[in-house]
Amino acid sequence: MQMLTNRSKAVDRHPMTVWEKMYLPAIAKGMSITLSHFFKKKPTINYPEETRPFSPVFRGLHILNRDEEGRENCTACGLCAVACPAEAITMEAAERKEGEEHLYREEKYAAKYEINMLRCIFCGLCEEACPKDAIYLSETFAPSNYKREGFIYGKNDLLIPDPKKEPELYQKAVGERARKK
Amino acid sequence: MIQLAIDLAFVLEKAILIGGIISVSLLVAMYSTWAERKVAGFMQDRLGPNRAGPFGLFQPLADGLKLFMKEEIIPNASNKFLFILGPGLAMMTAMMTSAVIPWGKQIEIFGRTVDLQIADINIGILYIFAVLSMGVYGIMIGGWASNNKFSLLAALRGASQMISYELAMGLSIIALLMLTGSLSLKTIVELQSASGGWWNIVYQPLGFLIFIVCAFAECNRTPFDLPEAENELNFGYHQEYSSMKLGFYLFAEYINMFMSSVLMATLYFGGYDIPFVNDASLIESMGMNMVAVLQGLSLFLKAAFFIFVFMWVRWTIPRFRYDQLMHLGWKVMIPLALINMLITAIVVLVRENGWPF
Repeated sequence: MQMLTNRSKAVDRHPMTVWEKMYLPAIAKGMSITLSHFFKKKPTINYPEETRPFSPVFRGLHILNRDEEGRENCTACGLCAVACPAEAITMEAAERKEGEEHLYREEKYAAKYEINMLRCIFCGLCEEACPKDAIYLSETFAPSNYKREGFIYGKNDLLIPDPKKEPELYQKAVGERARKK
Repeated sequence: MIQLAIDLAFVLEKAILIGGIISVSLLVAMYSTWAERKVAGFMQDRLGPNRAGPFGLFQPLADGLKLFMKEEIIPNASNKFLFILGPGLAMMTAMMTSAVIPWGKQIEIFGRTVDLQIADINIGILYIFAVLSMGVYGIMIGGWASNNKFSLLAALRGASQMISYELAMGLSIIALLMLTGSLSLKTIVELQSASGGWWNIVYQPLGFLIFIVCAFAECNRTPFDLPEAENELNFGYHQEYSSMKLGFYLFAEYINMFMSSVLMATLYFGGYDIPFVNDASLIESMGMNMVAVLQGLSLFLKAAFFIFVFMWVRWTIPRFRYDQLMHLGWKVMIPLALINMLITAIVVLVRENGWPF
């Protein structure tokens, strides 16, 4: 019969020699193997203390962006909701009043902005659709929750910390990727 | 009239000693479960338990708490008295072995010289074997009282395995006894630790090999853990047990492991003897109590090494098939032990009486 590969080996069926029948050398060999594993470096990552570095193109939880003065970028145009293939995004628009110029960058803003993290497939199309650089996907993922309602993230959960009031938190939320830009 | 003179201090001393040794062996058994999981983890390139406390050191406490909190189920069809007696018996026989083991030489407290041994009986080894074979009752009673055919089969498996390996174990010990000429464990240790005396492993390497293999079988440890082959046969004789009664069976196994490790150290590795050190001169320089502590530590380290070997083997060697187990026990171990006995006997005779031809 012609061999398909040269990797196949005939099964060795020779009767055991006395040395092999003694069984103990084989045990000693096996035990030396397990002992060598005992001293090997463990590949475990102790999750909450250590985290695996994310890939630079990782698409995680959404963040609603602010500009340098701490004003929300989002104008509630709804392009992200239209782009979303999973229909995870809903929003309600509102008009900016007098005296709210320090809160919202443009005349229109999102009064309500919700993303259902159970529906979201983290494709990043909302990020691509956004003309105002208002939404982007960060380097963290949604933590576990006891209730389905907990996975519907509102504006409170999504908005990035104010860069003026909490610069450290802002930098942390911006993450590695934005810093490189 | 004969007055029974009961020395109160003597009773107190023994009671404290018993309490101390029991709590030490319980503690060791507790941390053996932790060590087992750590060793298993490390040998499989994992870290093992490391969440509860530093290095996972509180893991046994959490496990114990879990076992206590579990529902206590006693099957309707079981024999309730025996069902409860089973784990108790297993635990008791496991603990009883510790009575004749010398844990150190002597200490001096309040002007009294106290032997670090609960009972120096002159038939120490016979006592150990008697207690060890009583361990079968824990298994048999537990398996039978559950009124479950699988438990009963597992109990039979366990009992026949223990009895077959006890034979070879006894025979390997006989060869040792020919050399020492004494059944008292204390005398055996003293012979090994005397100046110029070698550890018995030097005289009895084959005997030790047989003994350690039989000890594995006696403790129901892999590769001989057929009584509780958790993954392919039914769980074992403790299938119907839950809560702390199950915990007792598992715990008894770890105590047995500790006791056989101590026994191996005592019989073949000099017991509490500190290697390469002359004990008499050490006593002069450090005082008796300090030396006793060191001796206890030395015995403990030897035992700890053997416990490690137990675990090491468990995570290396796959389980025997039952016929292979019986084949090894009856057709390999017993003849080997007999040959070992014969050779030792000849050597001892020739050494005593000279070459007769």
